[in-house]
Amino acid sequence: MSNSDIEIEVSDPTAPAVDSPPLAKTLTVDIWAMVVLGAFSSVMAWDNYRTGMGWSEDGPQPGYFPFYLSVILIAASIYGIVKSLGERRAAAGDAEVFVTRDQFKRVLLVFVPTAAFCVAMQWLGLYVASFLLTAGFMIFVGKLSVWKSLLTALIFSLAMFFIFEIKFDVIMPKGPFEALFGY
Amino acid sequence: MEAFSLLLHGFSVLLTWKILGLMFVGLILGVFVGVLPGLGGPNGVAILLPITFSMDPTSAIVMLSCIYWGALFGGAITSILFNIPGEAWSVATTFDGYPMAQQGRAAEALTAAFTSSFIGSFVAVLLITFLAPGIASFALRFGPAEFFSVYLLTFCSFVGLGREDKHKTIISMALGLLLTGIGMDTVSGTLRMTFGSTDLLRGVNFLVAVIGLFGISEILLTMEEQLALKGHAAAISIRTVFKVWREMPRYWVTLVRSSAIGCWLGITPGGAIAASFMGYNLAKRFSKDPEGFGTGKIEGVFAPETAAHASGTAALLPMLALGIPGSGTAAILLGGLMVWGLNPGPLLFVEHKDFVWGLIASMYLGNVVGLVIVLATVPLFASVLRVPFAAIAPMIVVSCAIGAFAIQNAMFDIWLMLGFGVIGYVFKKIGIPLAPLTLALVLGSRAEDAFRLSMISGGGSFGVFWSNWLVGSITTLSFILLFLTQIEKGISKIGRVFRPAQAA
Repeated sequence: MSNSDIEIEVSDPTAPAVDSPPLAKTLTVDIWAMVVLGAFSSVMAWDNYRTGMGWSEDGPQPGYFPFYLSVILIAASIYGIVKSLGERRAAAGDAEVFVTRDQFKRVLLVFVPTAAFCVAMQWLGLYVASFLLTAGFMIFVGKLSVWKSLLTALIFSLAMFFIFEIKFDVIMPKGPFEALFGY
Repeated sequence: MEAFSLLLHGFSVLLTWKILGLMFVGLILGVFVGVLPGLGGPNGVAILLPITFSMDPTSAIVMLSCIYWGALFGGAITSILFNIPGEAWSVATTFDGYPMAQQGRAAEALTAAFTSSFIGSFVAVLLITFLAPGIASFALRFGPAEFFSVYLLTFCSFVGLGREDKHKTIISMALGLLLTGIGMDTVSGTLRMTFGSTDLLRGVNFLVAVIGLFGISEILLTMEEQLALKGHAAAISIRTVFKVWREMPRYWVTLVRSSAIGCWLGITPGGAIAASFMGYNLAKRFSKDPEGFGTGKIEGVFAPETAAHASGTAALLPMLALGIPGSGTAAILLGGLMVWGLNPGPLLFVEHKDFVWGLIASMYLGNVVGLVIVLATVPLFASVLRVPFAAIAPMIVVSCAIGAFAIQNAMFDIWLMLGFGVIGYVFKKIGIPLAPLTLALVLGSRAEDAFRLSMISGGGSFGVFWSNWLVGSITTLSFILLFLTQIEKGISKIGRVFRPAQAA
């Protein structure tokens, strides 16, 4: 069997460049995430304190368990902030990169259409939105040929409609387009 | 022998055309998901979960667990042919698998990987068959205090045994537990942490969170990578299969050792990743030819694959017997059980015999059928990688959205899913593990109920967690695990004091 030669090859023309300038260091994001977590848990702790975190005659009050969890979270995030600040000082310039500019661009390239899809599905219905997302993504991000993209998107959306709406009776948001066909 | 007759009963539940068909579909979907870059077991199960919502629980769990087996098998294909581990636990498989493919022995490596996966899972399923009913009937005597101490043990062993920073594991877990508290308090009916929002009344749904954490975030992470790939194509001929199978008995020690490691690490929430590396390293250490490892030795494929799959399967044991999942994927399956109205825990073995034994029987059958399918269809699946990611990414997004919406028919859940997608992306990159978060989300409300009930019965004193030998020893063990590193350090320090001569 001579299968040692490479037979499957997929290229990625828009791949992020290796030397793309870094946008953020991992430790910096680490610290900010801990700050956000700490703030979040402080709000939670305050809310549970208000609900009641002590004892009533019939046992612990509703806020008891979550209050102490929030306290644990606050303590762990403060510990994390202190630890990462120390590490950042030690690492100085050559700390691990969280994301480069090219990478971030690519992440946004998926995230923005995904968010747009979620907004659109409220008005257009899920199936039309999914057609637009799939076709648009394949054409503009994947740079695939237009007719292939449209066909793939159409087949996919119809298949989803058939599986969930007709076969499994899962109710999804539907818009004016489905209404035309009486759904 | 009782287990045996129940198992036969389980097979009789399975042997309908409908369930066999679902099994087949599940396996194919699973291999598909496993082969795709960036997707693996937990993501696959999370994304495909909505398909099962309208099925009866037995069909649904059979299909989901088959997706899981399929994903486990599929991970090996990309590791060996493309040197891309589809999953963290496939990393050790690439050490010897990829060199073998480069030498033109891809078919052998694949056969070895699939067969050893099969053996690993099979050993673990045997363990489940004969051990789980016993553990479950023992656990029937548990009160709330015992249950809470077992939950505590699970959480503490994550902190103590995990490789991540301790405070990050604690953050992940505490956050999960806290999020489950949002919404209406089940005991008193009080609203907690809703801040006047009607959408938060329902709370944070576990499956919505999981779809975001594993589905959406995984796409963001995959996009960031260089998606170009190069690899070998391979077809497996019957001759190769038999050649590898004839060779296999020589490595029985490795197979047995790896299965044992896998089963042990699968039951304790250490996970398949640790198991695959340990299996590989031990095989190397005990080998007569340790230098040969890493250059394309078939034993180097047998060892990690057997361990990873034994562990992935054994993770279902505590899930079935105690309602405590041993891995992230098991946690997602457990979340599924709750959607179908089944209450996970020891009572499952008493109240839903058909379901439990059907599931166990499907593990046997699924593994056998899966082995045959992957051996026969490798070339087909390897070419799945030719499909551009730009076509797959939007389809995954749509499936995630359908899943998140379908659970409670709420638009708010879609936003929640997006939010969790971003959280998952950031957490993964800064090293906060997601498995404890998943586990905490699924166990959260039961852990809290158990805690409150035991505190009430103990009159508000923590002494209730040491009130008899059983609870006491589990609770103590939890704290030992929690401070494991500190204790180890302490012991080695004492050791040094007493043996100064050796240290010098």
